[in-house]
Formats: sequence, structure tokens, C-alpha cells
Amino acid sequence: MKKAVVLRFPGTNCEFDTEYALKKQGFDVEIVWHKEETLPECDLVVVPGGFSYGDYLRSGSIARFAPIMKAVAKYANEGGYVLGICNGFQILTEAGLLPGALKRNNNLHFISKMQHIKVVNNDNKFLSKCKVGEVLEVPVAHADGNYYIDDAGLEELKKNNQILVRYCDENGNPMVLNGSVEQIAGVCNKNKNVFGLMPHPERAIELILGSTDGVKMLEGLAS
Amino acid sequence: MKAVVNVYLKEGVLDPQGKAAHHALESLGFKGVNDVRIGKQIVIDLDATSKEEALKEVEKMSETLLANTVIEDYNIEIVE
Repeated sequence: MKKAVVLRFPGTNCEFDTEYALKKQGFDVEIVWHKEETLPECDLVVVPGGFSYGDYLRSGSIARFAPIMKAVAKYANEGGYVLGICNGFQILTEAGLLPGALKRNNNLHFISKMQHIKVVNNDNKFLSKCKVGEVLEVPVAHADGNYYIDDAGLEELKKNNQILVRYCDENGNPMVLNGSVEQIAGVCNKNKNVFGLMPHPERAIELILGSTDGVKMLEGLAS
Repeated sequence: MKAVVNVYLKEGVLDPQGKAAHHALESLGFKGVNDVRIGKQIVIDLDATSKEEALKEVEKMSETLLANTVIEDYNIEIVE
């Protein structure tokens, strides 16, 4: 059985949803406290959503220095799969494991709603079960989801197929949600083993939640 | 010794809070406001024997934690 580790910081609040969603994908799941210095042997590490350390200073800026993050960086640098969702994405950019940064939404609102996103690249394990151009519906819930990267960095992302998903309308046309550069909603690192996105796939896994599109996004990592 | 660190979004990175304050100032009738940038000020009380030492230490703090240099610039003022 594949094993996933879900991290928990003070202020994390999506660890149980993430655990539930991963278990449905057949993972054995262990929640690991941020003060641990080592990771158990596992096939995937998920940095879940929430408000680690109250988002003080900048979202993710303090969590990235938690003891467990050294082990996560080592795990990622050795090729291990890491997925950051929402606050997890912010933590991974702050830690330098993913390029760019997440700023306050342009309209200054906390945006919480169902959102369409378009798959940009699927030549990675995370989105391997999705089709390029496919439109998925997944919830977003964030105040600091405005992805920023400079022009040179953006070119790099494009050249290496590192853009995972973009915000769009229901027909797949580009849509400005929060001010992100080129409507970017998620990216991966150059080696394609570290993934980060603002939308919450773990909240779109059963029809009663309004969408099951999140399943496709988690199936890839479970395969 | 006290160090004052000012952290701002980089020139060219849109500052939505500054923009909102700018609009508010204009609608209140303030004229001639060209730009508003909102940053944060971090005041640090630290043990250091010289200004140089303090500056070096606070620079390290800024690069490591206080600013995210992907999107932010900072300046440091050492106040005795």
C-alpha cells in the first residue's frame, strides 16, 4: 500500500479533508506534526491548506522554517513527490521548493467559491490522469493566491512545461480571478516532483461536494 | 540598539492595498496624489556592539525571513 504523509502546522485546517481524500485513493495516511525532524518512509508528502502560524508576516513564511521542512526539502531534493495545496503552495514557494511567490489578491477579498481551472500540462505525475485543455471545477478559498513571477521566470516555466493549471471560465476561456500572472493557479518545479496549487482538489471528490474533478488530480499521484 | 526594517513590494509589482488607499484618498478630495505604496515596518530591539554589526545581522534577518525578495524590497535603518 502506498503511504502519504500529511503535514500539520499550528493553524493547518485541511489535514483531515486531505487525509480522507488520500485514503479514498488507497493511500495509507499519516499526519505528521511540524516539530518532527524526520519523515516516515513514504511515497508522497502533502502540505495541506490552512493558516499556518496565523499567516503572520507573510503566508507560509514562518512555517517554512519549521523543523519538518528541512526533512521535506531533503525528500524533495532526492526526487520524492511533494504536493502543496493552498497554504501548502505558499509554504513551498516561501521555502524555495517552487518558483514565484503568492501575493494578496488584487481585489483584496478572501475569495471562496467553486472555480474552473484548465489543465495546461500533463507530462507530470500529478496531472497524468487529466487531459491538456481539460476544464475542471474545484473550490478555491484564499486571500493570498495572486501568483507572481518575473518575466524571466515565466519564460522558464513555459519552456519546461511547469505551469499546471490556469483559472478560466466554464468554457475554458482565460479568467482573471485574483490577479495571478497569466491566470496561473498551480505550478511544479523543474524536476516535476514538487507541485503547488491554490485550488483544493481534496474538496472536490464526491458529488455531494459539488464536483468530483479533484479525484482525477489525486489519482495521478496514487498511480 | 534598535533597527527599523521597511519592507515594500518591488517597483513594478502591483500593490493592491496601495492602489485601494490611493483611490480612497482621491475620493476624499485629496489632490495631486501620484502613487501610494503600502509596506510594513518591523522594529527590532537587538544586542549589538556597533552599528555595523547590527546592520549586518539585520540584513541577514531580512534576507532570511523578514522580506520575500521574489516580490519585496527592504531597507534598514539603525537607530541608536
